[in-house]
Amino acid sequence: MARLDDTNLATAKEIISRYPRIKSATIPLLHLAQEQDGYVATDAMEHIAELTNTTPAQVLGTCSFYEMFKREPVGKYLVNICTNISCQIMGGEELLHHAEESLGIKGGSTTADGLFTIEDVECIAACTEAPCLQINYRYFHKISNDQFDEVIADLRSGGRTDEIPPHGTLARIRQHIPADRAAGNADPAGIPEPIWLSAPATAPPEGEKA
Amino acid sequence: MPEAPAETAVAITVNGKAIAARPGELVIDAAERNGVYIPRFCYHHRMEPVGMCRMCLVEVDTGRGMALQPSCMLTVAPDMVVETESPVAKKAQDGILEFLLINHPLDCPVCDKGGECPLQDHTVAFGPGESRFVEEKRHYEKPISISENVYLDRERCILCDRCTRFAKDVAGDTLIHFQDRGNGTQINTFPDHPFASYFSGNTVQICPVGALTAKPYRFKARPWDLDVVESTCTDCAVGCRIVIDGSRNEVLRYAGVDSDPVNWSWLCDKGRFGFEKVGADARLSAPLVKETNGDLVETRWADALTQAARAIKAGLDKNGPGGTAIIGGAHLTNESAYAWAKLAKGVIGTDNVDAQLGDGLPAAMVAGMARATIDEACVAGGTLLVIGSDPKDELAVLFLRIRDAVTLHKTTVVELSPRATSLSEIAAHSLRSVPGAVHELVNQIIAGEGDLAPVRAALANDHLTVLLGRGSMAESAEATVAAAAALLAAFPNVKFLSGLRRANVHGALDLGLTPGFLPGRVTLDDGRAWFTEAWDTVPAEPGLDAAGILAAAADGRIDTLILLGADPLADFPDRELATRGLKGARTVIAVETLLNSSSAFAHIVLPAAGAAEVDGTTTNIEGRVSTVRQKVTPPGTARPDWMIAAELAFRLGADLNITDAASAWAEIERLSAAHAGMTAEALGNEPDGLIVGRTEPDVERPAMVSFSAPAFEAPAVDAYSLRLVTTRRLYDQGTLVSHSPSLAGLAVSGSLLANPTDLDRLGVAPSGNVKVSSPRGAITAAVEPDATVPPGTVVLAWNQGDPSPNALIDAAAPVTEVRLETTS
Amino acid sequence: MAVTDAPKITSSRFDLADGHTIERYVATGGYQGLKAALAKSPSGVVDEVKSASLLGRGGAGFPAGVKWGFCPPGVFPRYLVVNGDESEPGTYKDRLLMEKDPHQLIEGVLIGCYAVGCSQAFLYVRGEMALAQERIAQALNDAYAAGHIGKNIYGTEFSVDIVLHWGAGAYIVGEETALIESLEGNRGMPRLKPPFFPAAKGLYLQPTIVNNVETLANLPWIMSNGAAAFAALGAENSKGTRIFAVSGHVKNPGVYEVEFGVTTFRDLLYAPVYGGGIRHDRELKAFIPGGASAPWLYPEHLDVPLEAATVGKLGTMLGSGAVVVFDEQTDMVKACHRLVRFFARESCGKCTPCREGTSWLEKILERIIDGLGRPEDLDLLLDICDNISVGMNWPPRQTTICPLGQSATSPIASAVMRFRDEFEAYLGGPAEITVQVKGPAFVGPYVHEEATADA
Ligand SMILES: Cc1cc2nc3c(=O)[nH]c(=O)nc-3n(C[C@H](O)[C@H](O)[C@H](O)COP(=O)(O)O)c2cc1C
Ligand code: SF4
Ligand code: FES
Repeated sequence: MARLDDTNLATAKEIISRYPRIKSATIPLLHLAQEQDGYVATDAMEHIAELTNTTPAQVLGTCSFYEMFKREPVGKYLVNICTNISCQIMGGEELLHHAEESLGIKGGSTTADGLFTIEDVECIAACTEAPCLQINYRYFHKISNDQFDEVIADLRSGGRTDEIPPHGTLARIRQHIPADRAAGNADPAGIPEPIWLSAPATAPPEGEKA
Repeated sequence: MPEAPAETAVAITVNGKAIAARPGELVIDAAERNGVYIPRFCYHHRMEPVGMCRMCLVEVDTGRGMALQPSCMLTVAPDMVVETESPVAKKAQDGILEFLLINHPLDCPVCDKGGECPLQDHTVAFGPGESRFVEEKRHYEKPISISENVYLDRERCILCDRCTRFAKDVAGDTLIHFQDRGNGTQINTFPDHPFASYFSGNTVQICPVGALTAKPYRFKARPWDLDVVESTCTDCAVGCRIVIDGSRNEVLRYAGVDSDPVNWSWLCDKGRFGFEKVGADARLSAPLVKETNGDLVETRWADALTQAARAIKAGLDKNGPGGTAIIGGAHLTNESAYAWAKLAKGVIGTDNVDAQLGDGLPAAMVAGMARATIDEACVAGGTLLVIGSDPKDELAVLFLRIRDAVTLHKTTVVELSPRATSLSEIAAHSLRSVPGAVHELVNQIIAGEGDLAPVRAALANDHLTVLLGRGSMAESAEATVAAAAALLAAFPNVKFLSGLRRANVHGALDLGLTPGFLPGRVTLDDGRAWFTEAWDTVPAEPGLDAAGILAAAADGRIDTLILLGADPLADFPDRELATRGLKGARTVIAVETLLNSSSAFAHIVLPAAGAAEVDGTTTNIEGRVSTVRQKVTPPGTARPDWMIAAELAFRLGADLNITDAASAWAEIERLSAAHAGMTAEALGNEPDGLIVGRTEPDVERPAMVSFSAPAFEAPAVDAYSLRLVTTRRLYDQGTLVSHSPSLAGLAVSGSLLANPTDLDRLGVAPSGNVKVSSPRGAITAAVEPDATVPPGTVVLAWNQGDPSPNALIDAAAPVTEVRLETTS
Repeated sequence: MAVTDAPKITSSRFDLADGHTIERYVATGGYQGLKAALAKSPSGVVDEVKSASLLGRGGAGFPAGVKWGFCPPGVFPRYLVVNGDESEPGTYKDRLLMEKDPHQLIEGVLIGCYAVGCSQAFLYVRGEMALAQERIAQALNDAYAAGHIGKNIYGTEFSVDIVLHWGAGAYIVGEETALIESLEGNRGMPRLKPPFFPAAKGLYLQPTIVNNVETLANLPWIMSNGAAAFAALGAENSKGTRIFAVSGHVKNPGVYEVEFGVTTFRDLLYAPVYGGGIRHDRELKAFIPGGASAPWLYPEHLDVPLEAATVGKLGTMLGSGAVVVFDEQTDMVKACHRLVRFFARESCGKCTPCREGTSWLEKILERIIDGLGRPEDLDLLLDICDNISVGMNWPPRQTTICPLGQSATSPIASAVMRFRDEFEAYLGGPAEITVQVKGPAFVGPYVHEEATADA
């Protein structure tokens, strides 16, 4: 698969328009490609190079630096189990072993049905809730082995789709800057000092609704 | 390098010694200039520092106590105290070396870099004897091919970012890049996007370990077996300084020398890997003469020279001196060019001599215009106007210098060209000119109305240089000359950098291998008295240029046509005329290193010594004279061109008084107005070379020509036709590339590029073959729609095999109008 | 004990189920700080933040107002970049601030932009935080619609766009220059400071202020309540309140906003309203005071106040407000290995000592845990650390561009020097784990009298 489709291309252009330099859109566009295909396809990187006026080698250089970008298909559900320090000392490694055993795969691999991939990951900022994990970057705090099995069973039977979209989808709400409200890109090629910096302070108009 | 003047120096202390650093200088450079070498891997003084290998860490006190700092990223500041060998600095440096070695394979004995590897050297000098690393090293597939000529061994890579910085920042070909992260970081290309760069070989040269190696050199030699001479590359007219590495009478590789005014250590791959032609099997090693059955068969020099002399004499008797003509000579050394000029003009007495093949610019202009150096053309904040050349394809390393000037030093590039070139992307203004009418665009810019006002403003720069070449062969040079004249009138401070591409075309022109001129940029008339004294005789009238010679030969007016390393059939713009001319000459003598397409017409072939086989000098686009050196003996009995000229002179009853390159140079220095003062000793003192015409000639020498141009009116655009534009590629199907195995595969065949709207309008299918016809002839070519080609024009590359655009061009016509028809 | 009843400044809406909505935010005093700021001149806002002595909450603890003043005068555009990459092991506060109170952060960003003179801000949220991204996107859309962001905010000249940007998984991108590289579409490899101090040469080489989420989240309160009220809280050099995440072996792991500089580690770990003591009432063995990069502290340091300078003097740091607690049964060799593995995995690969050194350290520790250690390995570990951070003193002479490489030496130095016999036990099989002090500590002794300034 594939270059960005027409809908995503429109989104890509909207994203690009927000940056003073288009190369800045590289990571957002890689996310978009991963949302489309579940991973970042070679063709998609070439497409992104065209859109950001870079070379495919540069896009790959960026893409391969960040571990969230998968360049091969992964399971529909990416199960990221934290084994970093707070989780480690609170049972994270045991949770990982349980997950490996119950899904029958090792960390880093995908179940034969293509549903689940397990990863042994670094701290996911839920340290006080150890042990914890993420499924497609949705959190599960202080999760026991039984709770883990329950969630997996739900996902297997097609449940929890509202809560957990397929791998590749992060925020389901996107930012949109309305054209009539946009302040516009601050072009590094040089804009003058913002007017408010030199202008005398103006109090917000009375009665402005808080 | 000269010491910085005391008042601007920055006083710092390095290892207890007071040092006068230059303002803005990096500590690593200031220390090195003062004899303290700080070890390094990532730093390369021709690229922006990145400070990532950390090898150059030193202790520095800038007033807040000693701290470890990478000296490659630190600019000197007053009163800075630097310790490069304190216990802390040593601890850091030794630690880095150990870190670099833990994953580095121990394959030095089979590594091409072994023996000249900074990592190996530092390890031997400072490194720990025994490795404390007992773990398994990193493993990658050993070497992978990342381009036609470069292998990458990722196990050896120390991730210094040199090759990747070169690719991105210097060459602008960001095709190799860091991939992955941390300990798994590697250099690689994108899948199926090889490192196809004209400059890929430079990465091999700057790699501080053996991670990048050149395929043509692989396992060829060990550095300690090599012996080395410093020379100049003669593949194009940039004149990059090189070292020639060889062993046992074989050239094994070229490497760039860091010549500050010229190539900064860079080379293009054509120059770097073109050394393979030196020892090519096909090299001519004995004279050949044509038998009655038409075959060329080997003969002895004595017989070949006697035959040649007899032919010249017979011509002299029948038609006078003008019956002998010479085309070519732009690949010769200055010394050989001078010998041939002396033979032609001072012995035979003919002025029908032209080193250019109708593909250059008038000698009067090249010799007479105010010339700029590359440094002047690339000066920070200056403006470079480019007309007629695509430097990346024609003068590759000049492109790197221009790119550097634009990207780092705010030089403004304005490009006027009938189609987009490699400069279009970095040019501040890239304007399309009508083929054959670039002077009209120049006049509009000078008028500076409307949209062109900013372009005019860009040209109105104290430092305005025009890079002036001959881009398209499908138009005459007149428009370019007129454009130059208009610029000179409008901007009197303008200087010119020649964009002519043949290796020593500038030397050949300077030394009189061009009609109307004598050595030293003087006209026949101005130089007659001086040279009559030195040479005995000087031609009475200006002679014919290449087009004139071929036309005269076609008419039977040339008895003996000498091709001095020239292939008119391939290189003269008008193939029809070239063919008639070669057929029409009674005797064709080819002085050559390799047979070429015109050799079939030769009656006598004299084998010449080529690059790396002769001593002497060459002159680059700036007029810079630098030395070339012999590294190996020529094949068989091939001999230097000057010697062939001297032997012919002898058989014509004259003595050129040239016994070696040095004696030729001494005579040039003594006689030429432009070369006065450039003694062998002066040249020897200046490895970067000296510039012709910049030394004050002594008063009695003749005056050098200055530039004036005739008026020119371009023909009106014919709405029914398309104007042909020809372009060049670095890798063509010319003789030199074809005989360098590592390059031959890089040449692609040409197709006809046309604007899709034109194809649509003409009802021509946008794929498949088209018939292209001009009043001169017709060819069939594969057509490719290309929206960057301006409507009304079509583009065909030169010398990319058949179809060749020179079948369409009439040398006498100012432009070439063609029509397209779909073939079935 | 100094468990004070200081007001909640940044976490006041954590307990509200709808605290992330614009309605609730406005109803609870939201966007009043911005209005108060707009009533002042931009330099007045800078002065206010300076006098509040708001220290950066991202790790380095640099005063925010002072940092803002480093932008070279007259150079525009300037950018504000919000560091929401929270990835330091043990750290858990920015995610909550973004998920539970996105408008407070947005308001803080707007105040910062107004003060510094930025017309565009980039909000860099860690890639793995899908909910935070969603909540911020919604909040931004709502705030644009309500006229809090965009062109001519509240009819004033002040115009600014905030662009939401997500990372994609790389701890190093939390380092501010790497963050900027990442925001430019590149690999997150740090730039060398100098010359690339963001305030002078940051995003697109323009002046750029990088601030942590929590730092900015303090601004609305400061503007609404005044710098004096803020500065009235906390200790001499550590004003206001601060959020600490207490994780590991305490009874109540949690995220607590406490008065800065006066609360002690003992309070944080043992007070019933905070950590509540060590689980199963075991003994404390060691704790990390400020994220994985910080050298460890031990029971003798419990009475140290959570005060930046005091902790700094010990040779460690409060860093990102992440306190990880180890009880007596913790296997310090394994804990050490886990932390080192983190740095080895997260090294960007730019500097030789970090790229090669961290993974070498990890391999040695792995070998020791696998029972294949050699007696000389312990000194080798320390010497490798010494080569990454020459002298291993405080402040260290780091051989690397950013502090990540040197961070990997913290757990080794802390564990190997203090618990050397646990390592030695591994050389002959797994160790018996006890709480005894078994060697010198990497960080210095704490002199109680010197720093207890609390009432
Ligand atoms: C390796 C490394 C990782 C860092 N990670 C973060 C982080 O995740 N979040 C953060 O706010 N600051 C992080 N920092 C600190 C930032 O570089 C920077 O100091 C901070 O964002 C500045 O904001 P502040 O002044 O508001 O604290 C990190 C620093 C280093 C060296
Ligand atoms: S210390 Fe490590 S993470 Fe930091 S820049 Fe160097 S290699 Fe990258
Ligand atoms: S030479 Fe300075 S860091 Fe590499």
